[in-house]
Amino acid sequence: MSSPPFASELDLQLCHDCGQVCQSGAIECPRCDALLHHRKPDSLARTWALLITALILYVPANLLPVMYTDMFGSGSENTILSGVIEFWRDGSWDIAVIIFIASVVVPCAKFLVLGVLLVTVQRRSRWAMRERARLYRFIETIGYWSMLDVLVVALVAALVQFRALSTIEPRLGILFFGLVVVLTMIAAMTFDPRLIWDAEINDDRHA
Amino acid sequence: MQPQLIICEHCDSVYQRPALTPKQTAHCQRCGALLERGRHLTTDQLLALTVAAAILFMLANAFPIVEISMQGLSNEATLWASVEALAEGRITIIALVTGLSIIFAPALQIILLGWVLYHARGGRIAPGFRTCMRALEHLRPWSMLEVCLLGILIAIIKLAGMLEVHAGLGLWAMAMLTVLIILISGRDVRDLWNELQVPVR
Repeated sequence: MSSPPFASELDLQLCHDCGQVCQSGAIECPRCDALLHHRKPDSLARTWALLITALILYVPANLLPVMYTDMFGSGSENTILSGVIEFWRDGSWDIAVIIFIASVVVPCAKFLVLGVLLVTVQRRSRWAMRERARLYRFIETIGYWSMLDVLVVALVAALVQFRALSTIEPRLGILFFGLVVVLTMIAAMTFDPRLIWDAEINDDRHA
Repeated sequence: MQPQLIICEHCDSVYQRPALTPKQTAHCQRCGALLERGRHLTTDQLLALTVAAAILFMLANAFPIVEISMQGLSNEATLWASVEALAEGRITIIALVTGLSIIFAPALQIILLGWVLYHARGGRIAPGFRTCMRALEHLRPWSMLEVCLLGILIAIIKLAGMLEVHAGLGLWAMAMLTVLIILISGRDVRDLWNELQVPVR
């Protein structure tokens, strides 16, 4: 079974916005006017920058409290992890697992996978290309579930507002955490999975 | 230029466009990514679901999502109130992201789809068709109603231990809206480019 030709070998390129097959070298898509590019511009540099920024912000996101709870005069602050542990102790292990996956496993998986993809692409590695392509699609699909904790805090803070008795307020940690989610989402969008396959083409025309 | 060709967006492989029956899918030989899906909803069906989504969107935003009560006091929260709860002090920017993901992105998706599909139904290319379709492509990743729905359920369980919690009317609308958005905001609408034979310059 012969493998299908690459678009660049046929002097074609894809419009990402409407799926039109365009001639190489065209600047705008003739059908939808979107800007065309052979590969996403500066894909590697931009993805690295976004990924490292996200990684740095992930530290305060975990260390700073995300929520302040005041119940009958006794206040306490919760970080993401202490919230998970609290759920676990209360016996809601299922909820603890869901929040742990959304807030810890998913972001860490994104850091790891994007890091591995960036390094292997830079080394023009031909190792496990199909699997790496699948990993990329996987983190692209699951990435936005990390917003879960931000939405939970927003709703709980909007609900529990009984001035004297009890209040729940968002804290600075949720800002950092939200930024991590947004940055890793943009990082995944900036990475161009076609770079994985450029290792198959011998000449050096990657972005 | 060559409507009979398609290119895999994940690895740049070129294929002849396959003829697919509804529910059939075509995957890339080289990287395994989804190339194309047989269309399962017609323009009429998409438009009908979009109208239903618009009505549910209004209900989901007009009525409280969750109501709580404690020692005779009660409180309720709408989607908008949740966004507002984040809009205080130094963390305001995260309220913008939240507002985009649970209110503005779904709203824009419904409006743009309604506009494009309403015209497509009469075989016409809507004014601003190109801009609408491109906006829809870029909105898709930021629309997060399903995450919000899971978030609401978790918030309910979290609070149920401390006080009385009731699901509001908005929650039911929101649950149905989430399903509809998943159905209509997929890639089906991309077929309009070919169906309406949008001219190439």
